[in-house]
Amino acid sequence: MPSTNRNSATPLKPGKCAIIVGSAKGLGGALARKLAREGFVLGLVDRNSELLVQLCAEINAGNVGQAFPYVQDVTSYEEVPALFQKILVDLGGLDTFIYVAGILLPTTPTTYDFEKDRLMISVNALGALAWFNVVAPVFQALHSGHIVGISSVAGDRGRVGNPGYNSSKAALTTYLEALRNRLSRYGVHVLTVKPGFMDTDMLKSSPRTFWVVSPEQAAEDVYKALRQRRQTIYTLGRWGWIMFIIRHVPSVIFRRLSL
Amino acid sequence: MPVTKMIEPILPVEKLTYLENFGHSLRAASYLYKPSSADEIFDVFKVAKQNHLTVTLRGAGRSYNDAALNGAGIIMDLTRMNKILDWNPETGMITVEPGVTLEKLWQHVLPDGWWPPVVSGTMTTTLGGCLGMNIHGKNNYRMGPIGEHVQEFTALLPTGAVMTCSPEKNGDLFYSMISGMGMLGVFTSITLKMKRVYSGLLRVKAYPVSNLHNHLNEIFLAAPDHDYTVGWLDATAGGSGMGRGQIHAAKYLHEGEDPDPQKTLRVEYQTLPATMFGFFPKASIHYFMTPFFNNPGVKLVNTAKYIAGLRKGEHLQSHAAFHFLLDYVPNWELGYGKNGLIQYQSFLPKETAEATWNEILTISQKKGMPSYLGVTKRHRPDKFLLSHAVDGFSLALDFKITIGSRDKMYAMLQDFDRIVLQAGGRFYFAKNSETSSETALQFLGEETVKRFKALKHRTDPDNLLESNLYRRVFGS
Repeated sequence: MPSTNRNSATPLKPGKCAIIVGSAKGLGGALARKLAREGFVLGLVDRNSELLVQLCAEINAGNVGQAFPYVQDVTSYEEVPALFQKILVDLGGLDTFIYVAGILLPTTPTTYDFEKDRLMISVNALGALAWFNVVAPVFQALHSGHIVGISSVAGDRGRVGNPGYNSSKAALTTYLEALRNRLSRYGVHVLTVKPGFMDTDMLKSSPRTFWVVSPEQAAEDVYKALRQRRQTIYTLGRWGWIMFIIRHVPSVIFRRLSL
Repeated sequence: MPVTKMIEPILPVEKLTYLENFGHSLRAASYLYKPSSADEIFDVFKVAKQNHLTVTLRGAGRSYNDAALNGAGIIMDLTRMNKILDWNPETGMITVEPGVTLEKLWQHVLPDGWWPPVVSGTMTTTLGGCLGMNIHGKNNYRMGPIGEHVQEFTALLPTGAVMTCSPEKNGDLFYSMISGMGMLGVFTSITLKMKRVYSGLLRVKAYPVSNLHNHLNEIFLAAPDHDYTVGWLDATAGGSGMGRGQIHAAKYLHEGEDPDPQKTLRVEYQTLPATMFGFFPKASIHYFMTPFFNNPGVKLVNTAKYIAGLRKGEHLQSHAAFHFLLDYVPNWELGYGKNGLIQYQSFLPKETAEATWNEILTISQKKGMPSYLGVTKRHRPDKFLLSHAVDGFSLALDFKITIGSRDKMYAMLQDFDRIVLQAGGRFYFAKNSETSSETALQFLGEETVKRFKALKHRTDPDNLLESNLYRRVFGS
């Protein structure tokens, strides 16, 4: 039954609320720490319960911010509506929703593996859609809110290396754009974040890396973009220029490159 | 791959909306239900129970804090239950639904020569809210809180039980549902006794007081001879002028004193004008107030007001104009800007009030966060369970919120709470927004809190009724 223990905002301790899906480590963890420092009350969702509980304990030991843990595998789509409702009640509201969960399963330009492709689409795209479909109507009804999706530069072009990953992120990017077009008329802000290389577990499978950004720096970039109500950001920012060029390379050349 | 069936979101999202407090300093998103009958009220409880959600009752939403907010829960707005069920102009007994406002009430009874025995500073409040918070007026020392004028009420409990309560019948519920913040059940009808008046006018005496000692002393002296006593306190004045202000003391007119009561008792005679100086629409005044709502601006305005009030005077004023100062400038609270305001009110025994408020006013001025408006009143204790009253005085201080000062102000108010508790003071649940559960426990006493929770367990075993306020002050 209802709990009397949850957070209650007051005029002097307004404590904005956010949900971060995929928040136990990497960019999600860094975002959780950053928002907690900014005084947010957080609902943190991840499948790794051990790391999640640890992170919440760390945040709750501090003076500002507060975090509640929720264990969910993002591919358990059917759990999302009830879980979302529960988190809403525990937080007492929602200002910002951030979907970070993502996987990159390494392949080579000559291998084909449906299982890997399906898993990446399931986590990176469908997992996000399951959440967006419960969050968006709430924000639309309230005429307020921020939706953030962590996509990737990899979604900007289909490339030889990992078609499954490219298309999962392309789907996410396009979905976020469509959400933005639907929701901006209701005052809801939708932010697409496209990191390049980031210093997380995901990077371990990448052979050649450069311009690597730390999750902490990326979290700062995301928070700044949230406050400025930006539509799309790259992190590092210079990826924006590179991807502008890459997006405009004609296919006749692009298909001959090993990018 | 298995096809997964999506479960529908639990309550219709169209019911979701942001609601605010009176001071526009806090908002919370809730599922808004507006029942118009006891059956519909019970339906809302059923919906809440099925969906594991809590319900907060809301009337006009005039509480300065989180009393009528329920983040991500259900708000049961009772303003549609606004019928006057029975009125007897011979005895002054009136029976109303909980959504009837004080405005509707006084306009209904005044032409027959009656006035509500207790009113708040705004007439937009609903009777349900007035009872839930057990409001007081500028005559608290004489008439007590509004609960003392309730003859009987009927309430629907979340269990579905219907209870009729009076001081004699179900007295424990009577004295706890009134003052119980809407946490025990829903008033469905309320019977009150009105006060006989022989004129639509009050005789009001206004005179200045030069410091806090004189201020409290003058209220203390004026109270026994006047039906209403209230003080305006210039909280920006320091040094020897600390606590200076102006007293307004008013008396009813005796029978025969008003040569034409038929005229002054008319609603049109009482109604606040919609324009200032005959042409200036008052609804827009708050825009012109905003530039003055900063430390130097308020100091200037307060000083001018104090000097203007130095001349003693006596005048006749209509009931509505005397009582409903907050309605005089519509949306005045918007003048505080987009971050809104909070009110900090403390109730202190007459022995400790002066020293305590001297300390509080000094601290607020030293920290650069002076209150922009101070109001003083005289009080006496009452028998209701969650009582804020003492044999002494209250001081209500309005503070403007700025983003940068939030943490500083929060710390200051926590210091104030400690100072007030040490002096034997109490707080009011419709006003202060930062009272902690520790503070509430301390001034109410463990015994009272235990009794209230036991009553709640009886009337609301599933804890369906909860508000942000309740979680804040009674949560563990």
